[in-house]
Amino acid sequence: MILQQLADGLILGSIIALGAIGLTLTYAILRFANFAHGEFLTFGAYLALLALGQFQAMSTATFGPLSFGWPLLASLAVAILATAGLALLLDRLLFARLGRAGVAIAVVMGSFGAALALRNLLFFAFGGEPQYYSRAIQIALPLLPRSVLGGVRVTPDQLAVLGITVLLVIAMHLFLARATLGRAMRAVAHNPQLATVTGIDVAAVVRWTWIIGAGLAAVAGVFAGLTVQIRPTMGLDLLLPLFAAVILGGIGSPLGAVLGGLIVGIAESLAVPLVGAEYRAAVAFLLLILILLVRPTGLFGERG
Amino acid sequence: MMELLAGPLAYLVFFLVIALYYALITLGLNLQWGFTGLFNVGVAGFVLVGAYASAILTTPDDPGRIGGFGLPVPVGMAGAMLSAGLFALLVGIPALRLRHDYLAITTFGIAVTLQLVALNLQVLTGGPFGMNFVPRPLYDELGGQGGWNLAYLLFVAALVLLVWWGLARLTASPWGRVLRAIREDEAAAAAIGKHVFRFRLEAFVLGAMVMGLAGAVYAHFIGFIAPEDFLPILTFQVWAMLIVGGAGDHRGAIAGAVLVWAIWTGSGMLLDLFVPPEGKAQAAALQVAGIGVALCVVLLFRPTGLLGRRG
Repeated sequence: MILQQLADGLILGSIIALGAIGLTLTYAILRFANFAHGEFLTFGAYLALLALGQFQAMSTATFGPLSFGWPLLASLAVAILATAGLALLLDRLLFARLGRAGVAIAVVMGSFGAALALRNLLFFAFGGEPQYYSRAIQIALPLLPRSVLGGVRVTPDQLAVLGITVLLVIAMHLFLARATLGRAMRAVAHNPQLATVTGIDVAAVVRWTWIIGAGLAAVAGVFAGLTVQIRPTMGLDLLLPLFAAVILGGIGSPLGAVLGGLIVGIAESLAVPLVGAEYRAAVAFLLLILILLVRPTGLFGERG
Repeated sequence: MMELLAGPLAYLVFFLVIALYYALITLGLNLQWGFTGLFNVGVAGFVLVGAYASAILTTPDDPGRIGGFGLPVPVGMAGAMLSAGLFALLVGIPALRLRHDYLAITTFGIAVTLQLVALNLQVLTGGPFGMNFVPRPLYDELGGQGGWNLAYLLFVAALVLLVWWGLARLTASPWGRVLRAIREDEAAAAAIGKHVFRFRLEAFVLGAMVMGLAGAVYAHFIGFIAPEDFLPILTFQVWAMLIVGGAGDHRGAIAGAVLVWAIWTGSGMLLDLFVPPEGKAQAAALQVAGIGVALCVVLLFRPTGLLGRRG
């Protein structure tokens, strides 16, 4: 049993991790807690669903044992682009203007209002019923036999989610460590005044932060839709785990966010047999309070 | 007299009681945000705690769950304030030493968690079915439905006046001046030797206690509470009320609450009239989305509020 819970936690954790990378980057570079980030996940998931309907008219082939094929990957690309566009639009209309006014908390409030509006517009457009990318039922494959600590069974889709997440995290790490833009992002996160003085185009960095953060959120949303279901409140339900992961890992640390996401995912999954599945979100909250009391800068954070 | 209390007048009384319940919550939030700059995103959670605490203390014994202690209503209301205050301590102690956004995140978290507890801890809260038979004191003595509602309106109005008077005294006192100093410039307040964390915690807990009291007021008015009475949308409505009324102004908080509640119920009635039953859920979603957009627009164009000014 314990191994199965770890595996389930790892898959949930990788979805949280992808969402948390974007949240920690926007938090560090734009300096506010974006409560609309959960809705980026939801928006991405629904946009992919919308696009999938179009692409499936062309081809319905799937990759081997997976429930999806090229149509979903193409829809994922559309979702990434659309969600990045949405983030840029929101920045243009709302966040950038509120940020200029100089009241830090006004931006957080704005994101709260934007989240409410987005969530309910999605509900209005798609209804409250859960939806799925595929109605096909997947057989879980035994990775480990039942004799080894209860064994581990995962579906091919879950393995694909895990694999793509690992690739994205590695790519993200290399980008931030090596690429010029990635290094510029770290510089702005560390000290925006100094970054400006050294000739870094802060506006471009902000733009790319939104694109990358929202793009990863869209991927997380599609993965959550693929492994669980698509609902208007899916992003809201993930927001607390996302924040817990960001603070656990230390604000501004993408690798910390990944580790934090995995810890939150595994903790939630391990807690299910103890307290019941209905208290999952409370586990993230307790972790959050604990880390704030013990080490508010998180595992890898620099600033308080 | 009794005939008048049926029909539109009865509805007006009902509307005003609920509006004043919102006014109480808004007064609590005004102390936190308007005077101290504390961004509480979990308003609904503190109201929920107050409502449930008072209900658990005052309902008659119920074999299906813990309690129903059958205590007098004033004890329930005191318990509501106390428990909301305790939860505020739980959140405030870790979060208030840190940057603003941490409080936003933790208050968001506690509201989500309390909602889960109310929904799932059936032995204490009655779960999704909620709690019935929350006592309505002197219900029969005051003539049942119509007469009692009117009496309760007077009681809540007196309570709002009392809380308003108390908060106005407090915020005009040296203590209140320190709060405003912290809101305007935390570093400066700390530099003249004010213990910023302690003042913030006091304001946060006190505001939460007012919210808890409001929860109890609601529970004893309706006589029935369920988790869905305290969804995140409640937090939003209260924020809209405070922002419309103008943060930092007690009178504005009360006026904003009544005005926004009037707009809210009015637009709800219009939706009821013009939208077919099968489209109701979606129309309601559009109504909520409208509040979100309105909040952003006010933040952008009238950051000091629609009615008042911050000061």
